[in-house]
Amino acid sequence: MQDKHIEIKQNAKVEIADAQSTKILNDLKAKYLGKNGEVTALLRGMKDIPAEERAAFGKMVNDLKVEITEMFLGKENELKNKEMMAKFDSEAIDITLPGKTPLMGSLHPLNIVKNKIFDAFCGMGFEVFEGPEIDTDYYCFQALNIPKDHPARDMQDTFYITDNILLRPHTSPGQVRTMENKKPPIKILSPGRVYRADDDASHSPMFHQIEGLVVDKGVSLCDLQGLLDEFVKIMFDEQTKTRFRPSYFPFTEPSVEVDVTCCKCHGKGCSLCKGTGWIEILGAGIVNKKVLEMSGIDSNEYSGLAFGLGIERITMIKYGISDIRTLFENNVKFLKQFNRR
Amino acid sequence: MKAPLSWLKEYVDIDCTPEQLKDKLFSCGFEVEDMTYIAKHINRIVTCKVLSIEKHPEADKLSVVQVDAGQHGNLQIITAATNLFVGAVVPVALDNSTLANGEKIKTGKLRGLTSYGMFCSGEELGINDDWYQGASVNGILILEDSFPLGVEVKELLEIEDVMFDINITANRPDCQSILGIAREVAAVLNKPLRMPALDYVCDSGISTKSLVKVTNSAFDLCPRYSAHLVKDIKIEESPRWLKRRLSVMGLRSINNIVDITNYVLLEIGQPMHAFDLSTLYGNQIEIRRANENEKIITLDEKEFELNHNNLVICDQNKPVALAGVMGGLNSGINDNTKDIVFECAKFTRDNIRKTSKQLGQRTDSSLRYEKGVDYFSVETGLKRALNLIDTLGCGKIACDGYDLYEGAIEQKEITTTIDKVNGVLGIVVPSETIVDILTRLGFAVSLDSNKLTVKVPLYREDMEDYPDIAEEIIREYGYENIKPTLLKTSAITNGGFTEVQKSHEQLKNLLVGYGFNEMINYSFVSEKEYDMFGLDKNADEHKFIKLLNPLGEDLAVMRTSLLPSAVRSACNNLNRKNFDGRLFELAKVYNPTELPLDKLPVENETLSLVVFGENEDFFTLKGVVDGIINAFCNGQKVEYVASKKACFHPTRCADVIVNGQIIGSIGQIHPQIIDKLDADKPVFAGEISYSKLEKQFNNKIIAKQISKFPSVERDLAVIVENSISHANIEDIIKRASGKYLDSIKLFDIYQGAQIGEGKKSMAFNLVFVAEDRTLNVEEVDNIIKKILKSLSYQLGAELR
Repeated sequence: MQDKHIEIKQNAKVEIADAQSTKILNDLKAKYLGKNGEVTALLRGMKDIPAEERAAFGKMVNDLKVEITEMFLGKENELKNKEMMAKFDSEAIDITLPGKTPLMGSLHPLNIVKNKIFDAFCGMGFEVFEGPEIDTDYYCFQALNIPKDHPARDMQDTFYITDNILLRPHTSPGQVRTMENKKPPIKILSPGRVYRADDDASHSPMFHQIEGLVVDKGVSLCDLQGLLDEFVKIMFDEQTKTRFRPSYFPFTEPSVEVDVTCCKCHGKGCSLCKGTGWIEILGAGIVNKKVLEMSGIDSNEYSGLAFGLGIERITMIKYGISDIRTLFENNVKFLKQFNRR
Repeated sequence: MKAPLSWLKEYVDIDCTPEQLKDKLFSCGFEVEDMTYIAKHINRIVTCKVLSIEKHPEADKLSVVQVDAGQHGNLQIITAATNLFVGAVVPVALDNSTLANGEKIKTGKLRGLTSYGMFCSGEELGINDDWYQGASVNGILILEDSFPLGVEVKELLEIEDVMFDINITANRPDCQSILGIAREVAAVLNKPLRMPALDYVCDSGISTKSLVKVTNSAFDLCPRYSAHLVKDIKIEESPRWLKRRLSVMGLRSINNIVDITNYVLLEIGQPMHAFDLSTLYGNQIEIRRANENEKIITLDEKEFELNHNNLVICDQNKPVALAGVMGGLNSGINDNTKDIVFECAKFTRDNIRKTSKQLGQRTDSSLRYEKGVDYFSVETGLKRALNLIDTLGCGKIACDGYDLYEGAIEQKEITTTIDKVNGVLGIVVPSETIVDILTRLGFAVSLDSNKLTVKVPLYREDMEDYPDIAEEIIREYGYENIKPTLLKTSAITNGGFTEVQKSHEQLKNLLVGYGFNEMINYSFVSEKEYDMFGLDKNADEHKFIKLLNPLGEDLAVMRTSLLPSAVRSACNNLNRKNFDGRLFELAKVYNPTELPLDKLPVENETLSLVVFGENEDFFTLKGVVDGIINAFCNGQKVEYVASKKACFHPTRCADVIVNGQIIGSIGQIHPQIIDKLDADKPVFAGEISYSKLEKQFNNKIIAKQISKFPSVERDLAVIVENSISHANIEDIIKRASGKYLDSIKLFDIYQGAQIGEGKKSMAFNLVFVAEDRTLNVEEVDNIIKKILKSLSYQLGAELR
C-alpha cells in the first residue's frame, strides 16, 4: 500500500506539472481527488488495512490528499496568471496614441500678468479700486496738476467725448477718486483699460495700466524703492534689481522712471534690452503736494508715493511678444498658449 | 535737443569721455537718446601744398603731382582732379588713411607710377559749403594758403565732433538750449560755467526810444517784450565758425543777421525776430490781441484770418508778425535793409500753442515758445544778439532799448528745512552737501541750522517747493543712494480684492475650466456694427457714446453690447482657419443716461461668450450658462424663452431668465451677419449682463444628506407631438413624481416612421430614492403610472 501511495504522489506531481489548461487540470483533479479518484480509492481501501495500522494509514492518505490539493492550487494559480497574461496581451494598447485632454481654456495674458501684479501688492496690503473708464477732465487732468493747456497734455493724445468728458488716458484718476473718499493710510492699486490716440507696433489705442498709490505718514522715495524691489522680484525673478532715474510727471515730484535689470540677460546686455542691460518698466514718484491738497489730504501731515505701469509692456517683455496688436487679435492659437498654470 | 560736444566745451571744461558724459547726464535726468561721432573715422588726412603738376606719361586724364606735406615730407600723388594749381593748399589722404565714410586709402600704382595717397574733396571729409567755403565744389577742396602743412585737416577744420541728442522733460524748457545743457553739464561735473559773452559797444548817438515807439497792451499773453535798434547794418555772409555751428545743428546759413537770430535760439534758447525799421509804419510797434477777422500774410506768403485769441505784433496800421510764430511778409529784413529792430520776448506757451494749432502754422520759434521761454533768456538772448552784432561788426547798436513787463521780475524764494527735503528722500543727505548741490545748480542758498532758504534763478520756472528741491538734490547726489525700505512708518492695511472683484475672477476661472479662452476687444467699435447686428433703434443698446476724435470710423463709438466684437473675433478666427474655439470677454459696456453726454455714463460689467466649431452648438452655450447660474445663483429658477433679437437665427436663440429677470440672451448668430463678416460656419454667441446676474447671486451651500438606501432606476419613453418642448415634459414628470425623484435625464430623442408623422419619442432615465428606507417596487410603479397619466392627460403623450 505504501508503494501505491508513493506512485500516486509521483504521478500526480508529473501530470499536474504538465497540465497546460484549466480543463486538463480539472480532469486531473477528478482523476485523483474526485469521487472515483485514486486518492479516494486509497481511502476506500482502508477497510482492508489491519486495525492497528489504520490510524497511520489514514494519516498518510490524508497527508497525501493535502499535498496533492496544494499541488492543484499552485498549478491553478499558475494557469490563471498565464491566462490572464494572455488576455492582457490581447488587450494591448498603443500608449503613444493621443491622450484625451479635457478642454481647458486660459485667461488672457494681460490678465495673467495683472493678477500677478495684484498678488505681489495685495500681499503688501494693497486694495484694488477700479474707477470709471469714461471720466471727467477734472479727474484725468486738473486734479493731477495738469491744468488746461499744460504742455503735459501733449504727452498723451486723449480721446474726447465732450469738452469735459473723455476716455481716461491713464489710471491716475483712480488716485484722486480714492483720496477723495478715503483717509490715510491708503494703499491701493487701480487697474484698468486706458485710451490714447496712438496705433502702431508698440502703441495700441486701448491698453491697460495699473496705478499704485500709498498715502501715509512719512512715505518717502526709499519706500517707493522698497515696494518696487519686492514687486519686480515677484514679477520677474529674485535676481531682478531696480534702477531709478530722474524724470518728470506733473502729478509726482520728484518723479522717476524705473528700470529693471533685463529679465533675459540679467544685465549683461542683449537684444531685448538693446544692449543696455536695463528695461524701462514704469514711472513713479512722490505724489505732488498739490495733488494731495486738491484731493483734501493735508500734505503737512501725510505724503504719498505713486507708480503707474503699463500691463502690455510687462506682458510683452515677459512673454517675448514683439507686436502689441497681437494682444488684441484674439487669435485662438495665440491665446491657447497661455493655459499653463 | 541736439548738442555738439565742441559747443558744450565752450562753456564747460569737459575732461571726461563722451561715454562718461552720457552716463553722467543720464544719472541727473537727461537721457542721451542718441550719440553720434562725427568724422570719427577720418584719419591721416593732412594739409599739403602743390609743388608741381605734370601730365601722366601713360594716361591723358591723370596728372602727376608733387606736394609738400610738412612733417610727412614731399610726396608724389597721382590724381584725376582738374582744379589743382601750383601753390594750392589741399587735403591729402596719406598711406593707411581713412575717409569720412570709412574707406581706407593706401599707397598704390596708377598706370605704372606710385601714388602715395589721394587728394580729398569736401565730400570725402564729410563737410559742405556751410562748413567750409568750397567744400561743396565738385573737385579737390582748396584750403586757405595760410594753413600749416602736414597737419590733420579734421583738427584744422574742427570736423570731428560728438553729437548728443538729449531727451528734455517737459518741466525743463530752460534746457532746450546749448547753454541750458551746458549748465547741467557744469553742475554734474562740478565745474564752473563760462557764460557766453554778453557785452557790446553801443553808439551813443543812437537811441531806440527816440526812433521807435513800442507799447504792449497784452501783458497777459506777452509778459516781457524787449526791442532794440541796430542801425546801418551790413548784410553779409556769416563767419566760418558761425556757419559751422548752424550747419552742425542742421540749419542753413542765410546771412549774418538771420544767422545771429538762429544762433541765439540754439545757444540761449530764445527765439528772436528782426524787423526792418523802414517797414514799420509810424515807426511803431504794438503788441496786442488781433481784431476779429483781422488778416495777416506771413513770410511764407500764407494768409491767415485771426481772432481775438491770437496775439499780433503791429505797426501803426497792421499786424507785422504773428507773435512767436512767424514774421509778416515784407516786414522782415532783405539785402537792402539798413536799420533793424530786434524783438526778444516771452510769450505765454498756451497762447502760442493755441494759435499755432488753430492756424496749422508750426515754426522753430513757435515750437520753442510752446515749451516755455523764461524771463532770463529774454534778457540774455538780446544781449547775446547785440554782442554778436558787435563782434561781427555788422551794425551800430543803440544804447537804449525797450524792456516792457508788468510789475517786477523777481527771483522766487523757497523757504523750507533740511528735514523736509530729506523726508521726501527717506535718507539723510548732509546739509553741506545739499547746499553744495544747490549752489552748483545756480541757486543762491542760505542755511540757518535746519532752515533752508533758496533763491531760484529766473530760468528755473519749474521750481515751486521743497519736493522740487529734494529732486534737485537726489538727481545730483545719485539715486543709487536711496536705501529700500518697506513703509516703515506706515500703518498696516488689509489688502486684496473686494467681493465683486473676487466674483469676477471666479467667473473667469469657471469659464477657463469650461475650455474658454479669454479675449480682450477694443472698447470702441464701428457704428456700422450696430446696423449690422440689427439693434433696436429704441433699445438702450442703440444709445451709444460717440468719440469726438476717433482714430477712424471703425473705432468711433463706445460699446453698448459685447456681441459684435465677440462675433467679429470668432469670424476672424474662422477666416484664419482656426475652426474650433470658445472665447469669452468680461468687460464694460457704456450706457449713457442721456445724450449728449452731460454726466458720466453707467459702465455695466458684461460677459460675452462665443463658440464655433464642429462640436459646438446652441446647447454648448446653454450648458455653460446653466453652469454659471448653477455656480453663482444656486437654486434660482432659470428659464429659456425664445429671443426676439435680430442678430440671432430666429428659431435658435433664447433669452435667459433668472427669477423672471432677463439677464441675457444666447443663440446662433444670424447667418447673414456671419456672411457679412466673410465667414461661412455657424457661430454661437451670447451676452450676459453681469450686473443683472449679480442681483441673483446665491452661493450659500447647505449640504444635503445623501440617502444610504438603494435607489431605483426606470427608463421611460413617451411619444408626443413634435411641438411639445422638453421643458414641458420634464416639468410634468417632476411634478408627478413627487419627492422621491432623485434625478431625471433625457437620453434619447427619436423621430421616424415607427412613431408616426409629426411625432417624436423622448426617453428619460429616472432615478428614485427615499431618504429613510428602500423604496419598494409597487411604490415606484405607482409613481410611473401617475407620470404617464399626467403626460397623457396634459400632453396627449403615450408610452412607447
